[in-house]
Formats: sequence, C-alpha cells, structure tokens
Amino acid sequence: MSVPANHVTAVIGPSGCGKSTYVRCLNRMHETIPDAHAEGEVKVGDMEVYADGTDPVDVRRKIGMVFQKPNPFPTMSIYDNVAAGLRLNGLHNRKQMDELVERSLELAALWDEVKDMLHKQSGASLSGGQQQRLCIARALAVEPDVLLMDEPCSALDPISTSKIEELIFQLKQHYTVVIVTHNMQQAARVAEFTGFFLMGSLIEFDKTEKIFTTPADKRTEDYITGRFG
Amino acid sequence: MPDPDKIRPSKLSIWRKLANANATIFAVGAAILVLVPLLAIFVYLLIKGVGSLNWAFITQTPKPVGEPGGGMANAMIGSGLILLIASTIGIPVGIGCGIFLAEYGRNRFGDFVRFTADVLNGVPSIVIGIVAYSLVVLQQKHFSAYSGGLALGIMMVPTVARATEEMLLMVPNSIREAALGLGIPKWRTTISITLRTASAGVITGCMLAFARVAGETAPLLFTAFGNQYWNLNPNQPTAALPLQVFVYAISPFDEWHKQAWAGALILILMIVAAVAAVRIVTSHGMLKGAS
Repeated sequence: MSVPANHVTAVIGPSGCGKSTYVRCLNRMHETIPDAHAEGEVKVGDMEVYADGTDPVDVRRKIGMVFQKPNPFPTMSIYDNVAAGLRLNGLHNRKQMDELVERSLELAALWDEVKDMLHKQSGASLSGGQQQRLCIARALAVEPDVLLMDEPCSALDPISTSKIEELIFQLKQHYTVVIVTHNMQQAARVAEFTGFFLMGSLIEFDKTEKIFTTPADKRTEDYITGRFG
Repeated sequence: MPDPDKIRPSKLSIWRKLANANATIFAVGAAILVLVPLLAIFVYLLIKGVGSLNWAFITQTPKPVGEPGGGMANAMIGSGLILLIASTIGIPVGIGCGIFLAEYGRNRFGDFVRFTADVLNGVPSIVIGIVAYSLVVLQQKHFSAYSGGLALGIMMVPTVARATEEMLLMVPNSIREAALGLGIPKWRTTISITLRTASAGVITGCMLAFARVAGETAPLLFTAFGNQYWNLNPNQPTAALPLQVFVYAISPFDEWHKQAWAGALILILMIVAAVAAVRIVTSHGMLKGAS
C-alpha cells in the first residue's frame, strides 16, 4: 500500500479485520506486545523501518501515533503533557519549549481553550474531546513526518468528532495522516485515499471517491453497501 | 389494580432489609474492633510516657543509674542516623526490584524473584541482624550504625519492592503506549512516565517499610549495639530508641522504666511525624484533577 505524502489516507474494514494491527506495524508499536512478529517492508522517505540497524525509538519519532481512547499523562499538567515528548528527547531550552508547545496546541485547535491554565490543570481534567486534541498536540510536538490515528473519534461525541475531523483536514498541509476508522462516513468525509481491509488482507486501495462509488472488488462493494460489517 | 401507594412490603423485602442492616452493623463493628486496640495503645503510651517527657529528656544523654534526670537524645539522633542509612539502602534497591518485577519480570525468573522477596519478608528480624553481623561487624571487628542500617535496609526491600510492583501494574497500559508512541525509549518511559504516575502509591509503600523498621530492636542488638554517649560517627556503635527502650524496660530500676515509656512514646511520635511530613510535602506536588 503506497500512502501519498501530505494527504489523508483512511483504513476501513469490519471489526477484527486487522486495521489497527496493520497500522501499529507501521511504526513498530506491535513490538510492545511480547511474541508479536512482523514480516515485510515499510519505507518512509529514505528510512527502512524494519532494517536491521533501525531503532524503533527513532521510527516512532518520525511516525507518531494517536490512540482510540485519549490517554494524556494523568499526573502532568497540560503544558507538561505536550512537552513530554520534547523533554524526554533531550530538549531543555525553556523558550524553545514554550514556542513548540504553543504551536502544537494551536495546530490541535486547543490553544485558545487552555492557554490560561497550561500549568495549573492536569491533562486528565479536560473533557474527552479536549483530551484527544491534547494527545494530538502531544504527538505533533515531536514533529513527526507521519501521523497514525487509530480510531481517534470513536470514543467521542459528534461535536468533538467534527472538530477533530476539521483538524485532520488542516493537518494534511504539513503532515501525512493515516486514519483507521470503522465509520465509513468518516472516511468519506476526511480522507482522499482509502484502503479496504478484510480478514487480515488489503482488498483494495484507491481514491476514496472511487472506492465509495465504483469499487473494483465485489467484497468492497458488499462492505460499503452494508451487506456485512 | 393494587394501589401503588399502599404496596405492603413483602416478606422478601423485609428479610433483605434485615440482612442489609446486619451486614452494615457487622462491618462497622469490625472496623471499631480494629481501631480500639490502636487507640488504646496510643492513649496508654501517652498516659504512661508524657509524665517523664521533659526538655532534659530530649536533649540529654542517659545518666548513670541512681542519678535522676538524663534523657534519650542520643538514641533519637542515633535512630535517625540508622534509619537514614537503612532508607538509602532499602528504598532504591526496593524500587529497582519493583520496577524489574512489574516491567520486565512477567516470566519464570520474575516469579522466582517475587517468591524470594516474599520469603525474605518472613525471615525473623533477628536472623537478618545475624546476617548483617557476619557481613559487616565481623569484618570490621566493631559495631557500627552502618551494620544496623544494612540490617534494617534489607528488611525494607521486600515491602518497597512489592508495593512498587503493585502500583506500577495499576498504571494502565495506554499510558505506556502513549509514551512509547512518542518515541520515548522503554527505560525512560518506565522511570519518567510510569513510575511518576504510580508515585503516590510507591511513596506510601516506602513509608510503610520505614514505619515497620523504625521500631525494630532485634536486628540492632548486635549491629548498632547501642551507645550511652553522643555519637554521630556511623562507623561506631550507635544508640537507637528501640534498643534504649528495651534495655531500660528490662532493667530493675523504676526511674528507667518511666524513661522507657517516654522513649516508646517519642518513637511513635517520630514515626507519625515522619510519615505526615512526607505526605504533606508530596501532596503539594499533586495537581488538581489528577486521579
């Protein structure tokens, strides 16, 4: 599957078809599970993700990830949450950090809502939608090339969902986004390219418009018309 | 249709209410039963000991038998010194062991370490004193606060390790994944994110271990040994409150018995003060809204 840069690619398919597993293999997150094993190649620009000498830590700095359930660090303030990736990767210049935190929160459309309580409130005291945007800001702060999003809106209400979808639309100017979603309408709203997975295999990958109007494979057509799934 | 305002309680609901009341009384009663001995000890100590507490007691060293006055100042400082050494040994080793067990020890080797820690927890304190005696006192050919601190530190390790492990396991995996997803290496995630999230519980575990060893007498009998004079050198025999209380309590002198009560009271007060101080200092660091 060839993910085009600076575009949003959706990965759709019924539950259990392997969408999340596939996306987690892209930044070697599956390695956090003991006994997990992957075969094949993933290339991002010049970097071979699965080459022998490649450190998964470096891979994850280039390919960031946002998870289904918002997971801000509960004992840290909003500022510390966003700065966590920066601090733990060696940045200590206070002024640079302030700028990067502000920029990330603006990109995540959260700056106006939290700029007065950056240091006073903990990350866990925000609402669900705000927490997810905080996690997005945190992922963006380390300036990855690619952002993987594993069903980022499935735990959120429709208003937060639409805010985040707008956000994704803005993000593609600077980042490449891969979004896993079980909501076909979301894929149609947000993504320019879509890959359809079924039972662990990629069935079809094409422009979203084509997948949803004239899919090439019968299984794709069955899924998008709701015959199963 | 039966009138809903006048539904008579059925036999079943009366029985349920009785059972509920029974269980509540039992639970509250059990709680009171546990608190009573605790409060009784405190109050008894207070009554018996406060009479002998005076300024001299906390500033002077023991006087020879027969002479009135004197105090346990050296024992208070000595206990502090020994406990400091014990904490410096026991807490880092315990936390390190707990981190290993939680993050890297979900396997046979980890089970073995866990088992060993549990066994160590059950070893009688006097046996640990003998171990410290052979390891340090016999080599150095003299008693010291170091050997006493080592014995108490060894006793702290299993409590701290198990508490750390349990608290770390309670940190949800999503937090670790969030950190790993940012490109933070696993060791850094464990220390700066996971441990930090679990810190309240880990500190409680350390306090529990501290309070337990603060009152131990047997391991100090032939390691720190006790000292009637001022001593701030950890390489020399050092006085300790539990030791002093023990020696005074089994003596035949009335004056010393009174001082033993006061010593026991001071010991309890010191432990409570230490735990409270740590709680206050660490609670200032907790943010609003943090779970």
